[in-house]
Amino acid sequence: MLCDVCQKNAATVHLTEIVNEKVVEMHICQECARHKAAEIKDQVSFSDFLTGLSGKSQEKKGVRAKKCPGCGSTYREFRETGRLGCAKCYAAFREHLLPLVKKIHGSVYHQGKRPLTGKGRGALDVKIRELQNLLNRAIQLEEYEEAARLRDELKRVRRRKKSGDV
Amino acid sequence: MSLSGCDAERNPAMFDEFLSNSKSWLNGKGPSSGIVFSSRIRLARNLAAYPFVGRASFQQKNQILKKIQQAHAQIPLLSRALYLRMTEIEDVDKQFLLERHLVSREHLTSPRGRGLLVSRDEKIAVMINEEDHLRMQAVTSGFNLQECWELLNSIDDRFSKTVGYAFSPELGYLTACPTNVGTGLRGSCMLHLPALVLTKKINKILDLLTKISFTIRGLFGEGTQALGNFFQISNQVRLGLSEREIIENLTGVVNQVKSQEMDARRFLLRKYKLKMEDGVWRALGLLRNCRLVSTQESLEHLSMLSLGLDLGIIKDSHLCEKGKGRELLNNLFLSVHPAHLQKIEHKVLNEKERDSVRADVLRERLSPC
Repeated sequence: MLCDVCQKNAATVHLTEIVNEKVVEMHICQECARHKAAEIKDQVSFSDFLTGLSGKSQEKKGVRAKKCPGCGSTYREFRETGRLGCAKCYAAFREHLLPLVKKIHGSVYHQGKRPLTGKGRGALDVKIRELQNLLNRAIQLEEYEEAARLRDELKRVRRRKKSGDV
Repeated sequence: MSLSGCDAERNPAMFDEFLSNSKSWLNGKGPSSGIVFSSRIRLARNLAAYPFVGRASFQQKNQILKKIQQAHAQIPLLSRALYLRMTEIEDVDKQFLLERHLVSREHLTSPRGRGLLVSRDEKIAVMINEEDHLRMQAVTSGFNLQECWELLNSIDDRFSKTVGYAFSPELGYLTACPTNVGTGLRGSCMLHLPALVLTKKINKILDLLTKISFTIRGLFGEGTQALGNFFQISNQVRLGLSEREIIENLTGVVNQVKSQEMDARRFLLRKYKLKMEDGVWRALGLLRNCRLVSTQESLEHLSMLSLGLDLGIIKDSHLCEKGKGRELLNNLFLSVHPAHLQKIEHKVLNEKERDSVRADVLRERLSPC
C-alpha cells in the first residue's frame, strides 16, 4: 500500500483521526508520519497551556462572562486567546489573574523600574513598595511576627492612600 | 519605505547599508564573542490610553504609530532611526529583517497597522503594534547584557515621559500576555555551543536550564530548531525581580554554560585532536569548493569552522587576521540565509538558484585571497 500523502513510499503507519466528528483513516509512510506528528504537536497552542495554568476546573460559572469595563472583553475571551484586551483588564479580572501571574512568575509584586511620569511615583507609593519588599523578605525568612507587623502597617498606608492623604 | 528624523528623503537601498555595517552587533568585537554571538534585551510596553493591540482598531493602531513616530524624533539614540510601516516593505525585505533578528515572525504575518524603528547601527529596534504597542530591543556583539540594558533603559525613560505607559505600581508594566507583565524584560544571549553538541552534553544542560526557569530556543527564537549549533538562552521570569537581578541571573547562567562549552572544547582538543582538525579542515575545504549548498549544510560547516578558529586549528592568515575572521564568519552565518542572498544579488532567487549563489558567496569570501 502506498502512502496517502506522498504516494511514493510504502505506508507503514496507520492513523485514525476524528475531523469534524467524522472518523478519517490514513495510511502513511514513516517520513510523512513524522511531519504529521510535528503538526499535531503544534496544535497544542500557547493559550491552551496558559489558560490551563489557571485551573479550569475550579472556576465557577459566571466568571467567564465577566466583562472588562475598559474594553468590553470578557474573561472567556482571555481564556480562549491567552491575551488581555487592555490595561484595565488586570483590575477587572484581578482575582482570577493574580493566582495565574503568581504561578507564572512566582510573585505578584513588581520590583523593577517605574515610568518617569504617571502613577506610582508619589511618596505613599514609594512607602508601599518598601513595605512590600520588607514583607516579602520577612515571609521568605519565615519571620512571621515581623511579617504580621509589616502587613498591618502596609494595610494602614494603603488605607491612607485610598482616602487621598498623599 | 520612508525615513524620518534628520533624513526626509526616500532611500530604497537602506537595507544594503546593513549588509556592510561594521559597527553592528555582528562585528565580533564584543566580550567572549567566540562563544556568545550576541546579547539582547527586550522590553514590552503599552500606552495607557489605548486598548492592547489585539483589541485596538486600525484607526487606534495608526494613532499609536503616529505617537511613536513623533516621540522617537526627540530621543537622541533614535532620532536618525529608520521608521517603516510594515505594509510598505517588500516580502524579501521583511524576510531580511527577520533573518537579522530585527522583527519577529508574528510582526510580519499581519503587517497592517504595524511599524518598525531601527537605528542605523541596528543596535536598537522597536516593533510597534506587535503583541504589545512597543517591543523595544537592544542588541550588542558578544556577551554584553549590561550595555544592552543601559541603551534600552535610557530610551525607555524617554518614551515614558511622552507616551504615557500602562503601569500598575503593584504588577508593573501591563502587557497583553500575563507572561510578560512586570518588568516586561526578556534578556537573551545567542550562544554557539558546538563542543557541547559534539560531546552530547547539551541535552543535560537544556534540561537543567528549563528546571531553573530559563528558556532555550533555536536560532530564530520561538519554536525553531538549533541550526548551526546556536542556542538562545533567556529568562522566563519577568515579575518579582528587578531588572538588575534578572540581568545578573541571566549573566550567571550564561557564564556557567560558557564555561561548560570551554571545558568541552578543551576535552575535544585533548582527546580527539586529530579528529577535530580533520573536521575543521574538511569544513573549510567544503565551503571553499562547493558549487551547491543548502542553508542548513552551510551553517553546519560554518559552525565547525568557527570552532576551528577559536581553537587555533585554522592558521590561515585571511581568517586569523585580528578580529577579521570572527566578523567574516558572523556575517556569513547570516548571509547564507535566503533573503540575505537575494539582497546580495539584488534579485529574486528560487531555492535551486539560492543554493548556487550561496556556494558562490561562501567560496568568494573564504578564498585564501
